[in-house]
Order: sequence, then C-alpha cells, then structure tokens
Amino acid sequence: MPVADYMRRDCEVVLMQNKCEKTAEGVFFLTGKDFSNAGVASSELKAILEKMGINHGIIRRAAIAAFEAEMNVIIYTPAGMMRYSITPDYLKIVVEDMGPGIEDIALAMTEGYSTAPHYIREMGFGSGMGLPNIKKNADEMKLSSTPGAGTTLEFIIKIKRE
Amino acid sequence: MTLNEIKDILRANVLTKCDTNMHIERVYSADLMSDVLAFCEPESLLITALTNAQVIRTAEFANIKMIVFVQGKRPDRETVALSEEKKIPVLITNLSMFDACGRLYEKGLRSCPDAE
Amino acid sequence: MKLQELVDSLSLEVKTASFNLTKEVTGGYVSDLLSDVIANSKEGNIWVTLQTHQNIVAVATLRELSGIILVNNRTPDTETLKKAEEEGLPIMVSPLPAFELVGRLYSLGLRCQ
Ligand SMILES: Nc1ncnc2c1ncn2[C@@H]1O[C@H](COP(=O)(O)OP(=O)(O)OP(=O)(O)O)[C@@H](O)[C@H]1O
Ligand SMILES: [Mg+2]
Repeated sequence: MPVADYMRRDCEVVLMQNKCEKTAEGVFFLTGKDFSNAGVASSELKAILEKMGINHGIIRRAAIAAFEAEMNVIIYTPAGMMRYSITPDYLKIVVEDMGPGIEDIALAMTEGYSTAPHYIREMGFGSGMGLPNIKKNADEMKLSSTPGAGTTLEFIIKIKRE
Repeated sequence: MTLNEIKDILRANVLTKCDTNMHIERVYSADLMSDVLAFCEPESLLITALTNAQVIRTAEFANIKMIVFVQGKRPDRETVALSEEKKIPVLITNLSMFDACGRLYEKGLRSCPDAE
Repeated sequence: MKLQELVDSLSLEVKTASFNLTKEVTGGYVSDLLSDVIANSKEGNIWVTLQTHQNIVAVATLRELSGIILVNNRTPDTETLKKAEEEGLPIMVSPLPAFELVGRLYSLGLRCQ
C-alpha cells in the first residue's frame, strides 16, 4: 500500500459487522509520532468487542495487547495499520508497519530491552515490556520483520463466551 | 477505601465529576505504562507523576478505577476530558509520589499484584 | 538511617560490591522519570525506580543520592552496574512493587525531603 494511503487519516475505522454480530473485521491506520491519537485505535477496538458482548477478561487482554502494538507503531515507525478480525472463536490482530524493522527479534522480545529514546521514556514508555506484554496476553503471537522495510506482528486471542 | 477518604488523606483535589463513594482496595504506582499494563490489577488505583493522555488510555485498557497525579502536576484539558469520557476519576495532590504512597500504605492500602 | 539498615530490614539484594552502605539516607524519592528525579530529589535520598538504564547512575550521582532500589525484581543493565561501581553508588533490588516498598520505607520513618 502506498505511503499516502497509510497517512490518509490519523485513525480510520472501517467496520463491517454482520447482522448477528458474531463476526466483525476492520482496519485502523496509525501515524507515527501522532501521540495525541495514540490509543484511539485500541479504544475503538475495545468498544467493538464490548458491543459484541465478549467476556471482560478477554477484552482486557485484547485491549492491552493492541495498545502495546499500537504504541510501538507510533513510537518506532512513520506509519502502519492494525487489522482485526473477530469470529465467534477468536480475535486476530495483524499490525503491519513500514518502519525500520527489528534486527534481532529474540532480543526485542526480552523483558527490559528497549531502544526508546529519552523523550519517549519521559512520556511513560520504553521499559521494554510491550512485546512481552503482548505475548503474555495473547494465545498465539508471531513477530516477523525485514530490517529496512517493516515489521508485522500477528496475534490471536481465543474468545470464550460468558 | 473510598475516593473521599483518599482525597482527604492526600489533601487532593478531584478534577472530574464522579461518585465520591467509589472504592478501591489495591494500588499500583509507576510512571512506565507497560509496567502498569503488566502488573496493575483491574479495579485498582494508579498513582503516577505523568499526566498525559496515554495514562488515561492505560487506565482504560487495564480497567483501572481511579488515578492520582502527584507532585502537583496538572493534566491538560484534553486529558481531563478523556478521563471524564472514560469515567475514570482523576485526583491531583501536591504530595510527592513517595509521601502519597506512604500515607495510603499507612492507612492500610496494599499493592497489586498481591505482595505476599 | 543508614543504608545498611534498609538493606537488612527490607531484605534488599545488593547488586554492586558492598561499598558505601554506611551512607546516611536522608529521605526517599520514587519516580521512573529522570527529569523528575533531577528536578526534585534531594541529596542523600534513596531512589526507588523501575528504570534500569545506565542513565540512572548519572542522575543519582548528579543529585548525590545515597543509592538506588530497583523494584519488581528488575535486573540492572550490565553497563549500569559497571558505572555504579565506578561511581561508588549502591544499587539494590527488591521483588516488591514500588507501592509496597515505598510503604515499608515510609513505615521505617523515611519521608520525601
Ligand atoms: N514496530 C516496531 N518497529 C521497529 N522496532 C520495534 C517495533 N516494535 C518494537 N521494536 C523494538 O523492540 C524494542 C522492544 O519493544 P517493546 O515494546 O517490548 O518495548 P519498548 O517499546 O521499548 O518499551 P515499552 O513497550 O515497555 O514502553 C523497542 O525498544 C524497539 O527497539
Ligand atoms: Mg513498546
């Protein structure tokens, strides 16, 4: 997708919900360094999950993981997108960005490892807990990256109905 | 402990409209949001010196019930508006984070995750 | 109160070679924001934080703090420990979260001053 499309809006929701509201899918566009909108995508996702009547504990895990992923795109990349698909069985989120990529995935996954600059730490991020948090909250997680081209993070959270 | 009691103990001001009888049992204090997301339990109080909108977002996602901003730091209007929208009461106190934590601990509040 | 007394009563794990534990602790400061610590901590304070980055040593040295306690069992970076030993700054670790540890320091009589 061309850069212009990524940058089109700060955050855009494309929501397609079928009538029985057991499934939904959509995409949010994320803009790097746009801190005033940081968290908006995850918040919209949380609202969608709530509307679908999904268990609170599941929603909390999904919202935390989505927010960590969203913040990483905003902090480390110029732009990216977060796609979600919800089925009666699981929630799948794919976050793709056109950032610098991650050289050493295992190192990035280590608790406490962070390359966040000083000003990011002063904003309350950069403790190197984001990716471990995603892993902890997701049932499955896959992180792949091409240095120089971008990073793709995919995770699945199983939905157990109340 | 109720919001009102916390307000008195910390000599705090409440910045948002809220139910002053709302109550919490556990506290987490930090300025790094991923730590809050990892360790703060739902329905707790968050104490922090950071006052940006991401703190409210963090509280929203972790189901944090109440926030105390310490060190006399005032959130901007946007942040207060967001906390009202999310129905997360925000208090401010001139106390340092150290003394705010100490006083609440002295009055019986304990940390999450459960320390023992 | 001497640093050694805090180490003993809170079972802190001293990560640096045990020097300077006879330092007098004047009070406590808890923060994860370096700018906040630079602006508001006082000489002789013990600093409670989650930050493990080597910059914490520079900040503590600048403010002449008596030591740093890392909470939540955070492990200091290798560089951080190396710098701390060079500067004679004790770094300790506690498994407790900040609220609990600060509560206990407060009960021992420490205040933010
Ligand atoms: N989308 C990304 N693009 C490029 N690098 C990334 C991306 N996501 C993470 N990283 C790298 O991986 C490191 C660890 O990420 P993680 O989210 O675990 O911690 P953090 O963002 O540094 O701090 P925290 O999430 O605790 O605020 C980052 O510091 C950064 O170097
Ligand atoms: Mg992160």
